[in-house]
Amino acid sequence: MTVLLEAKNLHITFGAVKAANGVDLHIDEGEFLAIIGPNGSGKTTFLNLCTGYIRPSEGEVYLDGKPITRLPPRTIARKGIARAFQIPQLFLDQTVLTNLMLAIASREGLWQVGKALGRPAYRDEAMALLAMFNLADCAPTLASTLPEGRRKLVDIAIALALKPRLVLLDEPTSGVSALERFALMETLMGALRQAKVSALFVEHDMDVVERYADRVVVWEAGRVMAEGKPEAVFKDARVIENVIGVA
Amino acid sequence: MPLLPLATGAIIALVAATFAFPWLEFVLTLAIAKGLAALGVAILLRGGLISIGHAMFFAIGAYATAFAMRDFGITDVFALILISAIISLVAGLLIGAFVVRYRAIFFAMLNLAISMVLFSLLSKFYGVTGGTDGLRVGTPTVLGMVLEAKGFATFLFYAAIAAMVLAGLAVNAYFKSPLGEALSAVHTNEIRLEYLGIPVRGVLLVAYGLSALLAGIGGTFAAMTIGHVLPDMAYWTDSGHLVLVAVLGGISGIGGPFVGAAFLELVHTLAAGVTDAWNMIVGAALLGVIFFLPKGLIGFIRPTKKGDLA
Repeated sequence: MTVLLEAKNLHITFGAVKAANGVDLHIDEGEFLAIIGPNGSGKTTFLNLCTGYIRPSEGEVYLDGKPITRLPPRTIARKGIARAFQIPQLFLDQTVLTNLMLAIASREGLWQVGKALGRPAYRDEAMALLAMFNLADCAPTLASTLPEGRRKLVDIAIALALKPRLVLLDEPTSGVSALERFALMETLMGALRQAKVSALFVEHDMDVVERYADRVVVWEAGRVMAEGKPEAVFKDARVIENVIGVA
Repeated sequence: MPLLPLATGAIIALVAATFAFPWLEFVLTLAIAKGLAALGVAILLRGGLISIGHAMFFAIGAYATAFAMRDFGITDVFALILISAIISLVAGLLIGAFVVRYRAIFFAMLNLAISMVLFSLLSKFYGVTGGTDGLRVGTPTVLGMVLEAKGFATFLFYAAIAAMVLAGLAVNAYFKSPLGEALSAVHTNEIRLEYLGIPVRGVLLVAYGLSALLAGIGGTFAAMTIGHVLPDMAYWTDSGHLVLVAVLGGISGIGGPFVGAAFLELVHTLAAGVTDAWNMIVGAALLGVIFFLPKGLIGFIRPTKKGDLA
């Protein structure tokens, strides 16, 4: 397996809290890696570090073996790392369709003078993505008026619209009803497999992790406590005691 | 109501009004000049940025015209417009590269501060700028033809209408382009834009440059219409006036700033003949718009669409 993203000895501290305390982690091409751990253990901070939103006080992040630690989020996004957020990040004053078309247009750069965003090619691709997540009926809706669960799906669709090589998903099933949870993951993972996109997802639902992750990393207090196949990790007594009981 | 027939009707009404009341030619040319600058301000408002300094670009366009005529002997109206446009654009990009790093009150105040520096320079460098007396702007030539003042005023009125139409079409295309939609998106979520690989400052710099260009073109029209340029053109109250025009007319579309500018110029002209307190009438009109027409005066004729900004 080829290593796609690798973090080496990452450190960052917020006041007295060590959100990353010597983190070493990698994700291979085509792999679905899940991160689990208690709230406040540094999982989202790790995603922020990988995408250039914050910079570590020590350590490096590599993409294809090249350091990306000091690059801003937009440059890292252009290198093929997309992100969906725990709290959906949408353009609230614009329609769902425009949200998607803007993401699609950004792949080619925005400096296309005289060409409308609503051109058929962008519209068709956006509608296909929305249809995949059963959101086609939301296309003309203002993003601000969507219920939380649907905002979450739009946020994920925006990340996929970038056609990334790696997508970072921060609690993709939070805010989604229990009935829709597995349907969402089936759709999402199916689309990722088809497009050969790797995924790193932070998740609290152990059933989701067990079913969809190739490998699990257990986080505690800014460190990797355990990692391995889900079936093995979930039998680890320390994980059961410290994480699964409270995850 | 379809926009194309509406816009065409409005332009025909403008022209017809000047046949009925020839004095309107001056007022409406000036209104279009200020409307162009207000359209520039409206572009920034779309991105959630309020500039209380955009009169500086209006003044830069006006003084560029005056300098080009006085110091370089350039008299052709098209050359003057082109020169003023280029200088305003360059000034906009230079100042914009600095100010687009800031948001909200800091952006507004920085623009105000820079415009007041320009105002002071124009007022104090008497030998170059004519100081508080300003500079006279003669009647330009039109493709080598020397027109009498009245004939040139009429030409300038139609040229201003042409500039308004061209600017409207260009800005409309910009708003519909990915770059224009990204500008609207800056207003609500910069983080998501960055995560799409879009440089937010680049998006804002383009908007700022475009707004400066429009304000500069407005300035050159004003200079040629009035025949004089003054440092007061860069004063902060004039910048506030441009924001007022944009909000009064409405920023959801292209027509709003021009409707706002025409309304204010007409109220100013008509009310000033009756009372010194014409500002009170303007203030009352603004209150009426804020309470009853949140989309501005343009809300009378343009239906609200999804995604419209107030």
